[in-house]
Amino acid sequence: MEIVVGSLLNGLVYGMLLFMLASGLTLIFSMMGVLNFAHASIYMLGAYFAYEISRWVGFVPALILAPILCGAIGAAIEIWGLRRVHHNGHIAELLFTFGLVFIIQRGLQMIWGMLPMPYRVPPALDFALFTMYGANFPAYRGFMLLVSAGMLLAIYLLLKKTRIGLIIQAALTHPNMVSALGHNVPVVFTTVFAGGCLLAGLAGVIGGNYLTTESSMADAMGPIVFVVVVFGGLGSLGGCFVASIIMGMIQTFAVVFDYTLGDLLVPLGVSVGGDNLLGEILTVPMARIGPLLPYAMMILMLLFRPRGLLGTRDT
Amino acid sequence: MSEATPATVAIGAKPMGRAWLWWGALLLLALVLPWMFYDWTTGRHSGFMISMLSQAGMMVIFALSYNMLMGQAGLLSFCHAVFFGMGGYTVIHLLSSIGAGDIGIPMEVVPLFGGLAGLGMAIVFGYMATKQRATAFAMITMGIGELLATASVMFHHFFGGEGGITTDRMIDRSLFGLTYAQGIQVYYLIIGWTVISVVGMYFLTQTPLGRMANACRDNFERAQFVGYDPKIVRFVQFALSGLFAGIGGGLYAITYEIVTFDAMAGPLSANALLMAYIGGTTVFAGPILGAVLITVLQSGVSLLSNSWLVYVGVLFITMVTFVPTGLAGIVVAHGPIHKAGQLGRLTVPYLRLLVPGVALLLGFIGLVELLSFLTIGAAQGKKLSLFGAAIDVNAFQPWAIVAVCVLGGAGWLRIESKAFNRVWEQVTADVKARELLR
Repeated sequence: MEIVVGSLLNGLVYGMLLFMLASGLTLIFSMMGVLNFAHASIYMLGAYFAYEISRWVGFVPALILAPILCGAIGAAIEIWGLRRVHHNGHIAELLFTFGLVFIIQRGLQMIWGMLPMPYRVPPALDFALFTMYGANFPAYRGFMLLVSAGMLLAIYLLLKKTRIGLIIQAALTHPNMVSALGHNVPVVFTTVFAGGCLLAGLAGVIGGNYLTTESSMADAMGPIVFVVVVFGGLGSLGGCFVASIIMGMIQTFAVVFDYTLGDLLVPLGVSVGGDNLLGEILTVPMARIGPLLPYAMMILMLLFRPRGLLGTRDT
Repeated sequence: MSEATPATVAIGAKPMGRAWLWWGALLLLALVLPWMFYDWTTGRHSGFMISMLSQAGMMVIFALSYNMLMGQAGLLSFCHAVFFGMGGYTVIHLLSSIGAGDIGIPMEVVPLFGGLAGLGMAIVFGYMATKQRATAFAMITMGIGELLATASVMFHHFFGGEGGITTDRMIDRSLFGLTYAQGIQVYYLIIGWTVISVVGMYFLTQTPLGRMANACRDNFERAQFVGYDPKIVRFVQFALSGLFAGIGGGLYAITYEIVTFDAMAGPLSANALLMAYIGGTTVFAGPILGAVLITVLQSGVSLLSNSWLVYVGVLFITMVTFVPTGLAGIVVAHGPIHKAGQLGRLTVPYLRLLVPGVALLLGFIGLVELLSFLTIGAAQGKKLSLFGAAIDVNAFQPWAIVAVCVLGGAGWLRIESKAFNRVWEQVTADVKARELLR
């Protein structure tokens, strides 16, 4: 029981972090059709910025400044980069962000070095929030949940209750109609791109010290975020949310269960073992298969339901 | 083809005789190149050159097979390394079995089995991926790539885990009595298979399949109306590109005698994309150019600089932004102008581009090196020397010079490139007008 509750909480924290990244990517992808490969790189930038800012002026300013910096970088990428290649089609835009991944990663290494950054949880949040079955639940995870819930609420209000949100929502499903109605779609694009990067930066700020701030963190996070976006479906923030939580749960639960495929066969009276390839496949514990599951799920989803869980149109 | 019918000379349909001459010269160069670096006093080949050329050979196959998808079928794949790696792993196991005396297959044929493994994998995964096209295809292939890269670390039996698997290539079975103990023999084996693969892939572009792949790339709905199923065209193209990638992977296994999950993972797939795109996806020979260039950058520049990936990244973004047809595309664009004898008019504008271009390039290199030396280089305890002179990174002067080069070069290049564009448009307009007059 304690494993289940503990994993549920951890899965929720991780899932909310994923959602913070994936929500921006979903908005960008559904509206602009740009598969932003550099999204996880922006997340990494957010973590590095937060480390540098919190070293000089503290964690709270970093929480505000770093995402804004990331948003500004996002706007710059959109205005000076993506618009230039826009007329060459979506593949060119995708390739452009793909090139950015290399540059951002090596650029970070050039400025901050190859070693992981000592970016730590601020002391004010470094205590046990409550004790559950003898294990401490760190206050920082509670804080992460709080921030991501706040972000969820803010996005919800922005999209449902404001005029900008209305236009963005319309542009999600009917981009051509929105521009036909006389809205300045490029400005909407820049706003959304910058907003998405801002959210990615925020995820970097609060995720950088929860996980590790290092130059490979984008590679670790990037593919999972894509999985979430595809799984949740295009044009649907709700689907994105559900998918994030599911992926967060899968990642945490797979680690704690020590079953193998072979164990499923035991009730049938079959026992596997032996030193061969089939035996190995059947005896690999769940914990090691865990990293495979998201990709397998994404491929299955794209094959049988290309629009994802709650998507409004095909990928 | 004579000068009398220039109107029929379209891009790509070069005069056959001349084209074969170029290909022959290229092959001759590949055959002779190792001997230019042969050390006659000690009677040894330069190990660095041999390994770089061997790497270039297999990367040529890899990049060309990638371009069967990207350039010819318009499919952006992120799992191409899977077929390369699968070919590699298969050949390692095969070599071990042959070495143990279980099977008797001559070395010269072994890469083909790598190809067959690649083909098998491409059939299985191609069946899934090619149901979709465009962005969905790209995402499925990314999922497949991550899936297999993760799996290759997980299953020790076939993939050997993180350490990979090793073998001994001296199996003593050869059609020509070779032992393949020396790198040069392996190099010629690679050249042989590269020629076979390049010729094979070239003729595939001339078959109805190759033409239909182009058609489905350009307008898949129309291809459907004509009566072809784009899914099947995509599938067959995907499977065949897996075959050639597998051959490349087999050669990789023979050369290095070890295959780790690196041969299967995302960075190599990304490399295929970079090579094909920088070289030029619209011209058949483009990826060859890109593969050689990237390999030379990779093995040459990475010795000199820590940050070669930045250069590759910036080169790639520059190509995406300004020259989507790639390096080979630039060359081909000059074809009609050369035919019309107007190339001389571009010489002066090119020279004027050269000065700010070089300033910007050197400034950028200086900036990257200075920056990277501050952290990475200093940690390695090296002394920075740029262009043959020792430089103190903490002084103000080098930074100022670099800043002037970058900013001044960029501004000047902007002005010059506008002027160049005007000349270019005028020249192309003239060439077109002359063609119409005939």
